[in-house]
Amino acid sequence: MTSISDPQTEWELAPPMSVRLRGMLRSTAKASKRDMVLAVSIIILLLGFFLALFGPTLARTDYERTDPINRMQGPSLDHWFGTDNWGRDVFDRTIVGTRLSFLVGFSVTIISTVIGVTVALIISYFRILDAIMMRFVDGFLAFPTILLALALISLIGPSIGNVIIALSITATASKIRLVRGAVLSLRESTYVEAARAVGVPVPRILLFHVLPNIVSIIIVQATFTLASAILAEASLSFLGAGVPEYVPSWGNIIATGQGYIQVGFHISFFPGLFLTVTVLAVVLIGDSIRDHLDPKLRGRLKTTAQ
Amino acid sequence: MSTATTAPADSTTILDARGLKVYFPVKRGLIIQRTVGVVKAVDGVDLQIKRGDTLGLVGESGSGKTTLGRAILRLSEASGGSITYEGEDILTLRGAQMRNLKQKIGMVFQDPYGSLNPRMTAGNIVAEPMQIHKIFDNRSDIRDRVMELFDTVGLNRSMATRYPHEFSGGQRQRIGIARALASGPSLLICDEPVSALDVSIQAQIISLFDRLKEEQNLTYLFIAHDLSVVRHVSDRVAVMYLGKIVEQGDADAIYRDPQHPYTKALLSAVPIPDPVVESKRERVVLKGDMPSPLNPPKGCVFSTRCPVAEERCFNETPQPRPYSDGRQIACHKVDG
Amino acid sequence: MTETLLKVEHLQTEFRTEGGVVKAVDDVTFEIKQGETFALVGESGCGKSVTALSIMRLIPNPPGEITGGSIEFDGENLLDLSDSDMRDLRGSKIGMIFQEPMSSLNPVLTIESQLAEPLKIHMNLSSKAANDRAQELIDMVGIPDSKTRLRQYPHELSGGQRQRIMIAMAMSCTPRLLIADEATTALDVTIQAQILDLMQDVTEQSGASLLIITHNLGIVARYADRVAVMYAGKLREVSDAPSMYANPLHPYTVGLLRSVPRLDSDKGTPLAPIAGEIPDLTNLPDGCAFNPRCKWAVDRCSNESPELSEISPTTQVACFEHSSVTLHA
Repeated sequence: MTSISDPQTEWELAPPMSVRLRGMLRSTAKASKRDMVLAVSIIILLLGFFLALFGPTLARTDYERTDPINRMQGPSLDHWFGTDNWGRDVFDRTIVGTRLSFLVGFSVTIISTVIGVTVALIISYFRILDAIMMRFVDGFLAFPTILLALALISLIGPSIGNVIIALSITATASKIRLVRGAVLSLRESTYVEAARAVGVPVPRILLFHVLPNIVSIIIVQATFTLASAILAEASLSFLGAGVPEYVPSWGNIIATGQGYIQVGFHISFFPGLFLTVTVLAVVLIGDSIRDHLDPKLRGRLKTTAQ
Repeated sequence: MSTATTAPADSTTILDARGLKVYFPVKRGLIIQRTVGVVKAVDGVDLQIKRGDTLGLVGESGSGKTTLGRAILRLSEASGGSITYEGEDILTLRGAQMRNLKQKIGMVFQDPYGSLNPRMTAGNIVAEPMQIHKIFDNRSDIRDRVMELFDTVGLNRSMATRYPHEFSGGQRQRIGIARALASGPSLLICDEPVSALDVSIQAQIISLFDRLKEEQNLTYLFIAHDLSVVRHVSDRVAVMYLGKIVEQGDADAIYRDPQHPYTKALLSAVPIPDPVVESKRERVVLKGDMPSPLNPPKGCVFSTRCPVAEERCFNETPQPRPYSDGRQIACHKVDG
Repeated sequence: MTETLLKVEHLQTEFRTEGGVVKAVDDVTFEIKQGETFALVGESGCGKSVTALSIMRLIPNPPGEITGGSIEFDGENLLDLSDSDMRDLRGSKIGMIFQEPMSSLNPVLTIESQLAEPLKIHMNLSSKAANDRAQELIDMVGIPDSKTRLRQYPHELSGGQRQRIMIAMAMSCTPRLLIADEATTALDVTIQAQILDLMQDVTEQSGASLLIITHNLGIVARYADRVAVMYAGKLREVSDAPSMYANPLHPYTVGLLRSVPRLDSDKGTPLAPIAGEIPDLTNLPDGCAFNPRCKWAVDRCSNESPELSEISPTTQVACFEHSSVTLHA
């Protein structure tokens, strides 16, 4: 048994949120100093957000204008990532596309996680609500994501907002299923029982005893949702249910490049690379957050660092 | 359930259960559930605990002793009978009243590894009951009380910032005890509190229970399968088998002169750490296993394994009857 | 004069862990005579199970390894045997029963096929003969209705019956030594008594020796002829059972005996628990590992580790202060 906590720091009952946040930031900063991979991941994600905000102003050409003479060119000094089948600059389109991909990816992830976890926590404590809700969820999960999203969009009309709504609904359904399972098994754990014995009300049990112990599952699932939402947006756009083809998003550019993969590998490659690197960064950051929220792993990280 | 045979509860009785039943339906089917059977985990139990006493509840796994303890805090819902605590009917309490009751009854669990939330510090775990029951107005009072409790159970104050996995089994059980004491209860339900611990640590925790009882005027319901431990802590003992209490009464009397055939067998099965004593003991070894609680025997629950069972035992369920020294014994073959 | 069946000398078993090399078994020496019941007692992490696994050569490697000493069984050193010779020996000459019978039984095979299997392998019996013997064994371990039971699967039996099956399997090739590693810890007391009585009966009948590994001092008192007390990887006291209980010589033995509540003592007889925690094997105290918890410790104890030394022909103890140690302080 290694002693981890500093015996000098005195125990305090639930320090205020601001103190805890500051502590978390400080420990992240400390961790990233030790952990190069984490530091790089954070930088990549920050860079991504920067592109999402300022992408269009950074573009050097009119990324929507076609230039048939210069179509299908490989990477060069003029066109770093080459040009696509309409002669549009792939670098500019990728940079500009960041905004849409980030918007869809993060919106869907956040919406589905928040709603999914909340619903799962609530229904797991009300048997009848649970039975009804789970039949709905099963119904949603019976259809392929894209098919369901297509159907929803054909009802409410194609737009980026509706893409987010449609993808969030399907992502939420799978979140509910996953989190509910975890909550149900945790509910039987002795420490939840002990909390009930002490008289802890249900909402507090959910927030303090159940939620912190399913965080790792939620984080893993969220990173997965992020990647699949970015790709799903592309599929929807490709099928005409999202944004028009000329509006760039990573998924859109990859989808365009798909038809030319043998002659113009670069069209799909570069946005694909951006997507991969982003997802990787998010996964690594998620991993690190998970480790830091887990007292056991946190201890091990510190002792190995000493 | 007839309660005519039990002694009337007097003012010193803190907990009084009468004809208590806890049944669990056994369900089959995924979507349309049908009840295919009933497990009578606790089946018509009368139990009284006097203020300041320790009642040892013993039995083997599947006897229903843990369910009985859980039913008092309504962690399992009773299917029949009544439980009164300080004159208040527990089974009819709702919401805030129930929470109020939980302030007066603490519980210590068996599993020192599973009963503490791995994401909470030891200090927060002990503080939680005080927050729930709003015992103090400000944080520093809670803090001081937590520190006091750490002293009481023999933990170093500086350990409050640590997480459960940083503690040994014995230390975790001390945290669990501190949590149970935090709301200032008068009754402590201890469900196998030492059975997961090593011998030398077990003795430490038992001694802690001894000391706490003296210092804090506690009443214990001590649930355990280890009869030697129960011997050490109990004033009174109740022996459970398949959902029923077969013998209940003064601990000294039961240990010195067990009357129910099951109690006899149970006591003789426990080895005494002394080869000289062991070699002289007369032993009753039971045949077979405890029947499934899903399908208990007709008549006396113990009849299938009883060395002295006669025809009557297989047909008629014996009711608890008073024995000469005030014990309650449920056996056709024991006369008062 | 009975012959020595098993002679363990200076056994050393180590595990490589994140926290460094752990000496789970450190210089352990003892012997078991033919037909006797020998008990190895200690608390969790003391190395008693690792000792048993070392005798069976079942230490998972990596991370574990037997790094020294010898284990002489029936005249040959088990550590020199080839893997296949050792496999033959396990189950035929040495049987072992574990705490959790369910994990030692294959859930998808019937009891009959699991019982008959070792007989066919080790004793070259025909299927028919093996099945007949399986039924004999089941009758021997006292399971009623043996014909039906043989056709059942492990989950259809109770915990006590599964442990009986394990005993039947372990005894099927009439081994010379039966090792029971906390074999009754998970069982209820009435069942525990049945199983231990059974183990004693079957070994007595076949003249085999029984090695009981347990933390329960009552079981030791009831069944063992001789006892070894283990703490933090080392044997602290080896003695015959009656004299160890009457006159323990190691402070840890005294501590254990005074820690257990007794069924036959009066209510309120105070316990005298051993202070402190069981030490972490990666971070043992200097000198005698027990010295921080010891009432008799002197300066020397924190510098030097006492060797197991002979006090009388039947008793060995590893303590500098053993002459002043008494049960009733």
